Amino acid sequence: MITDSLIVSAILFSIGVLGVLTRRNAIILFMCVELMLNAVNLSFVAFSRLHGVTGQVFVIMVMTIAAAEAALGLAIVISVFRHFESLNLADLKLLRG
Amino acid sequence: MSLPLLALVQAAAAAAHPLNASVAEWVWLLPLLPLLGAIINGALSLVPNSSDVRKFRAITSLVGPGVLLASFVLSTMIFLAMRDVPHIEAPFIRNFATWMPVGALQVNWGVQLDQLSILMCLVITGVGTLIHLFSVAYMGDDASYARYFAYLNLFVTSMLILVLGSSFPVLFVGWEGVGLCSYLLIGFWFTEEANVEAGKKAFVVNRIGDFGFLIAMFLIWTTVGTLDFTSANAALSALPAGSAVLLPIALFLFLGCAGKSAQIPLYIWLPDAMAGPTPVSALIHAATMVTAGVYLIARTSPIFAGAPSASLVVALVGALTAFWAATIALRQWDIKRVLAYSTVSQLGYMFIGVGVGAYSAGVFHLVTHAFFKALLFLGAGSVIHALHVAYHHTHRETQDAQDLRNMGGLRRFMPATATAMGLATLAIVGIPPLAGFFSKDEILSSAYSRAHGSPLANATLLGIPGSAVLFVVYGLGMLTALLTGIYMTRMLLLTFFGDNRTGKNEQSALHEAPALMTAPVLVLAVLTVVGGWLNLPEIASSLGKVDRLTEWLEPVTGASARVLAGTTNVSSNTELILILAAVGAGLLGIIIAYVTSRTPVLSKDESPADEGFAGVLANAYGVDRVLDNIVVKPVSALASTVLSRGVDRTLDDGIEGSAVSLVRIAGRVGARLQSGDVGAYAWLVAAGALVILGSLALS
Repeated sequence: MITDSLIVSAILFSIGVLGVLTRRNAIILFMCVELMLNAVNLSFVAFSRLHGVTGQVFVIMVMTIAAAEAALGLAIVISVFRHFESLNLADLKLLRG
Repeated sequence: MSLPLLALVQAAAAAAHPLNASVAEWVWLLPLLPLLGAIINGALSLVPNSSDVRKFRAITSLVGPGVLLASFVLSTMIFLAMRDVPHIEAPFIRNFATWMPVGALQVNWGVQLDQLSILMCLVITGVGTLIHLFSVAYMGDDASYARYFAYLNLFVTSMLILVLGSSFPVLFVGWEGVGLCSYLLIGFWFTEEANVEAGKKAFVVNRIGDFGFLIAMFLIWTTVGTLDFTSANAALSALPAGSAVLLPIALFLFLGCAGKSAQIPLYIWLPDAMAGPTPVSALIHAATMVTAGVYLIARTSPIFAGAPSASLVVALVGALTAFWAATIALRQWDIKRVLAYSTVSQLGYMFIGVGVGAYSAGVFHLVTHAFFKALLFLGAGSVIHALHVAYHHTHRETQDAQDLRNMGGLRRFMPATATAMGLATLAIVGIPPLAGFFSKDEILSSAYSRAHGSPLANATLLGIPGSAVLFVVYGLGMLTALLTGIYMTRMLLLTFFGDNRTGKNEQSALHEAPALMTAPVLVLAVLTVVGGWLNLPEIASSLGKVDRLTEWLEPVTGASARVLAGTTNVSSNTELILILAAVGAGLLGIIIAYVTSRTPVLSKDESPADEGFAGVLANAYGVDRVLDNIVVKPVSALASTVLSRGVDRTLDDGIEGSAVSLVRIAGRVGARLQSGDVGAYAWLVAAGALVILGSLALS
């Protein structure tokens, strides 16, 4: 039962990582990060069966932070789009050394 | 005796010292009073010239000699307190703070009061007060009046630290302090390059001596683990007889003394040091600082007593220096240079004294020499001052006011100075009953008597038996006595007798120096006459108590003197012959000088340059030029070509260039990494995470 949950969690996490590494669209990137967070949440919940409720408390914590991050992140994405008229991260290279 | 036990014994001795709670508790004030003067005068010297300049000068005139007088009064009180206590065997030591607590090395800021240090304090502050008073008149018109007194007071502070310090490092502080003040005062008129050069020369030559002193300190520390005089002397004299380490310690210490006290081969700085104001020459380069080496040997006498070969070296170098410098003094024309070489020569006598283990005789000559040489320098200062005024009067300032050829017949114009300098000349030549006679005679007879049956006579120096060395020392001492008679009489005759060569128009402006300058000279003249009573020889017992100074110094140097004295005693007949010989040599010198002085002398501008051997002597054997060629020039060539152009530039450019390219490459690599591409960053983060995870999994 836990093993299954952990496998699902690992698959979800890997999808998220691959998305972050390969995609260039800021929104997609954002969604992939959320995916990774939720994969971790899943494994937390799964482990809480073994080690008590601490894991679930963590999940609540992660979801709160993720909500805040999403609010900030989307605001930034909107500003970026207004400025550059593009969400392709390959175009955003003003900070290169 | 182990060291901690030794310390305990000393602590017990200190606790019950007869000087406790007496005026001696105030001994720390001795160096602090002149320091206060130095601070006040130093502050005044920073005040820009203004309308109040007269008021500030008055303060300086009051503070400068005033602090010295206070110090002298305190020294006298301490001396009287010490004299009233019948037996002071152990020195009176007070530690005020810890200076260097490094592991087992414990150096304290401590003063050590004993018979030797209070004697030195009396000479320094007493003669110092007179010279400070003289300076008030001599330097009165100088623009840097306050600066002069600040340096002079600072010098006295350092000198008192030197003689009162209770350990080698504290003495070294004073040792370097007097060196610094000497440098500052030689180059006092720093607008003339020659003066600055002379100051630098004195400083650099003294460095060589200081190197020896430092090495000696290191050796003492590694051998006995302490640097306090009392415990180091006790531990070093407790070493088994003939310990190999005593010889290098003594020789390196003597190298330090040779630098400070201008002995061969480090005497070359002293004649040039005459570039400073004349009272400075009297105080620093005749009466006090240059005698620091003699003091140091007396202070560490157990070391030299334990190394008879080193003592032979001291005596031999002293004798050679005495003779060498006396020959140069025969043909100097600058009055101050005559006196400078004479000082070097007399310092040589002192080293003969302490070298043959007659420590009280060496210190005795130190004291009497301080009297008559300070007098001679101050008198020379009065003469130079008078000639300056005269040449200033006729606007011929370019004339040399220090050249003997421009003097002559001055006794008609300056009778008091002439009388005093005449007395001092007789004293330095060794005519009885003046001070120099007794001290010089004691040194020469000590050298003679130790040539038989003493540890010194039995020791060898490079295979030469010590008795032979001592006879050479005695012979050179006698020859020097003859030469002293010649050159001092020559100087006196050229200055004060014969016709005046200053110039027709100048004669009306030649006058005796002001009272403030003649008064110290006359006080010194009295001391020059009666100074011999400090330590009358056995043979003069009808004149008063004999060997007063030797008895006074007995707790400090008595034991070491007895170690080197050996068994033989000179009979009073022999002593009488020795005395007659020494006095005869001096008288013969006077007669020779008198006879040769009949050849008339022209003024400096009209005189031809000295030729032949006279020229060699006038050039001081060309030692300076030789040293310039074999030391100074190669060193500066090495510095400018090899070190500056070679090493510095290649190395600098190399290091600089490679450093620049290194930074540039690192910058490029770093800039590549900062591509601004978020995707690339993400890959790097992932790769990093993988590396961490992998290393965790593997461990």
